[in-house]
Amino acid sequence: MAAWWLIMKLSKLNERNVAHVVAVGPQSAYGAAAANHSSHICPISINDGFTPLASASNPNSTSTSTRRPASKAACSLTARVLPSTTSTTPRVPSFTPQQSSRGLATVQDAPPPKKTQYGGLRDQDRIFQNLYGRTGADLKSAKKLGDWHKTKEILAKGHEWIISEIKASGLRGRGGAGFPSGMKWSFMNFKDWDKDTKPRYLLVNADEGEPGTCKDREIMRKDPHKLIEGCLVAGRAMNCSAAYIYIRGEFYHEATVLQRAIQEAYQDGLIGKNACGSGYDFDVYVHRGMGAYICGEETSLIESLEGKPGKPRLKPPFPASVGLFGCPSTVANVETIAVAPTICRRGGSWFASFGRERNSGTKLFCISGHVNNPCTVEEEMSIPLRELIDKHCGGVRGGWDNLKAIIPGGSSTPILPKSVCDEQLMDFDALKDSQSGLGTAAVIVMDKSTDVVRAISRLSHFYRHESCGQCTPCREGSKWTEQMMSRFEKGQGRVREIDMLQELTKQVEGHTICALGEAFAWPIQGLIRHFRPELEARMKDYSEAQGGAALAGGWDHSAVKEGKLISPGQ
Amino acid sequence: MASKLTPYLVRSAFRPVRIASRTQCRTFTATRTVASGSLAVHRDTPVNNAKIPFKFTEQNNKLIDEILKRYPSQYKKAAVMPILDLGQRQHGFCSLSVMNEVARLLEMPPMRVYEVATFYTMYNRNPVGKLHVQVCTTTPCQLGGCGSDSIVKAVTDHLGIKGGETTKDGLFTFVEVECLGACVNAPMVQINDDYYEDLTPESIIQLLKAFQESANDIQGTGATGALTGKDDKVKSGVEVGVGSGKAAGKGGLKIPAPGPMSSRRSCENSVGLTNLTSEPWGTEVFRKDL
Repeated sequence: MAAWWLIMKLSKLNERNVAHVVAVGPQSAYGAAAANHSSHICPISINDGFTPLASASNPNSTSTSTRRPASKAACSLTARVLPSTTSTTPRVPSFTPQQSSRGLATVQDAPPPKKTQYGGLRDQDRIFQNLYGRTGADLKSAKKLGDWHKTKEILAKGHEWIISEIKASGLRGRGGAGFPSGMKWSFMNFKDWDKDTKPRYLLVNADEGEPGTCKDREIMRKDPHKLIEGCLVAGRAMNCSAAYIYIRGEFYHEATVLQRAIQEAYQDGLIGKNACGSGYDFDVYVHRGMGAYICGEETSLIESLEGKPGKPRLKPPFPASVGLFGCPSTVANVETIAVAPTICRRGGSWFASFGRERNSGTKLFCISGHVNNPCTVEEEMSIPLRELIDKHCGGVRGGWDNLKAIIPGGSSTPILPKSVCDEQLMDFDALKDSQSGLGTAAVIVMDKSTDVVRAISRLSHFYRHESCGQCTPCREGSKWTEQMMSRFEKGQGRVREIDMLQELTKQVEGHTICALGEAFAWPIQGLIRHFRPELEARMKDYSEAQGGAALAGGWDHSAVKEGKLISPGQ
Repeated sequence: MASKLTPYLVRSAFRPVRIASRTQCRTFTATRTVASGSLAVHRDTPVNNAKIPFKFTEQNNKLIDEILKRYPSQYKKAAVMPILDLGQRQHGFCSLSVMNEVARLLEMPPMRVYEVATFYTMYNRNPVGKLHVQVCTTTPCQLGGCGSDSIVKAVTDHLGIKGGETTKDGLFTFVEVECLGACVNAPMVQINDDYYEDLTPESIIQLLKAFQESANDIQGTGATGALTGKDDKVKSGVEVGVGSGKAAGKGGLKIPAPGPMSSRRSCENSVGLTNLTSEPWGTEVFRKDL
């Protein structure tokens, strides 16, 4: 301590040297590293003497730290101006010299990415080769396309190998949330799992209900064997005894194709007792839903499989400890499961070579709405949105300039205006930075002719219809927002009510058991964020046409005079 | 004192009169109600009451045994959804007697079955027409192609019914439904189990006409392919969408195969493939150390 005090005294005499002295002082290695660090990447603060971090780590140095507001400000200013590693900049910025002058409070820069151009996936790297139905969906054709190749060897490698391979591939769940799959699967192999005699289940979420999404359907009716083999491989990784594929009830054809494929696989000994001759028993069953969007939520799916109304459960306990029939279970999307065998056979590093870091892989994109040729396509992650639309869908109707807005990841992700879409990359992190999300990568394109308020209002109607009615904020909020949105469609409301609507959505978010609360709040927040002038203009038009602005609640401007309002709190 | 009281009394004497003269009208809801959800309670009708007997057929009883094998024996209840569906397919709709029979079979309280039947939208608790026409009207369908608004208009004009109603001949029931998951092929309609996609107002009317022409040949909704895998109508892989959009409208109208009513077969780019044009890869790309 005395030595430290001496250093402090010295620092008053010679500020310039302090950082160097600190580096050898009795501070922790962290402090030393920080000080060294500062000399490399924060020239502004080192020129000024003491660094904010070093001062913060020492309570005695108040005198020094209080003397440095200017340097702190300068340092944080530079940090703020500079893009962060996970920043919104669509094309990954090259490593500029400017970036090297960063404040200590920010994270260290990642090394520059090896790859800066995404998209243009080659056919030999596409996993779903039968996406457009060029061969049959039977076992023989599937084997020709590489399915069920050396599955026994993969199973024999054991669960740790499969999970490490999935972890290396950087696969993130394809159902919307984007949770790292390898990690999720590893939760099933908790301590002493093998002493537990309960059965364990893999639940495949084929309840594809998110408006805009139609990828799993194509997998199931053209590549069902990819899914069944995926069930086996993922099931092995989690040491499951059976898989249930929960398919939405409307997909009668897909369920039939899947059922056929399962029967084929059973006959061939690929699943069932001693699956693929590996000594491992594994069953696959199909369970049809009956038309409830909410059953795409994992705990709700479990409830539904147990023969109850699909109302989500509170977590914890998480399904990995108490799931279907009270046994450990994991719910995963069809696409996640279907890519697993190919990842194991071609290697995690192959899969990880596509897309940006932490967003690796290939992905099925469904592009619908106002494009010339809507289609489903497998592309590399992080492909620029514009390239995706121009290359595979013949562009936006009337050209790119005719674009108004895009919903990038299925109905529950916030809408993006054209200005954002111009440079948007399609991956989890880039879209999150644009205050939206990748979701299920269902791109809904809207051109200038679109009534964007009506489009979102229709989604509000959808969520009102699909709310399970369990939590009050969602049940009442979805109804309320739907009513407000249907008024706003006509401009029947007050500007003040836009803020009320925003506040309402904020109060629902995070206060419900499942994510449906967020799902109906986000599209509205996105609309208000980017299209507020349109809402206001509509209200202005309405007031001009009606001879006065509507009162809050949608009442006619003359409602007070007519005595229709008991308490005219306008 | 009187001078103080008089104005007050005069004012308050007239107040009730003034208030009464105002029209005090305010309905419970300010916005229109939507008829896409049906009533959650049961009302006895001549075709739907607990006295109507219902028994599963011999064939369906075998299927029920098959279904029960899929779930742990102590959780028979889990089979309620597929069995209710089976009952609905046999009976035409999910009547009270179907629900009661399922409850008896699975040894569960009838209320638990009612809960399930009212929660899921695909259980029709009231009779529907032979053909259940479900037009998707969610945003992607509303935007895509010619838009679902024109499809809904074409259907209502052609059949002369509104959403939720059945035609007088009992052939069609028309409803607007939420996203059916064929957004790339918007707008689309589900008729019983089949998806008809890439619609235009003309093609949907052709389609409905084709169904009307062959009304007598139409079987009920008894197909059980999803349980058995056996249904000749269901195509997979390379056969998906083959023959769709072709047959309707010609002489001796035939019902077209399910799938897009346009030139394409499924979800591909309708002008030409932008990918998957080269030879498919096989086992040669796999790692060698497996």
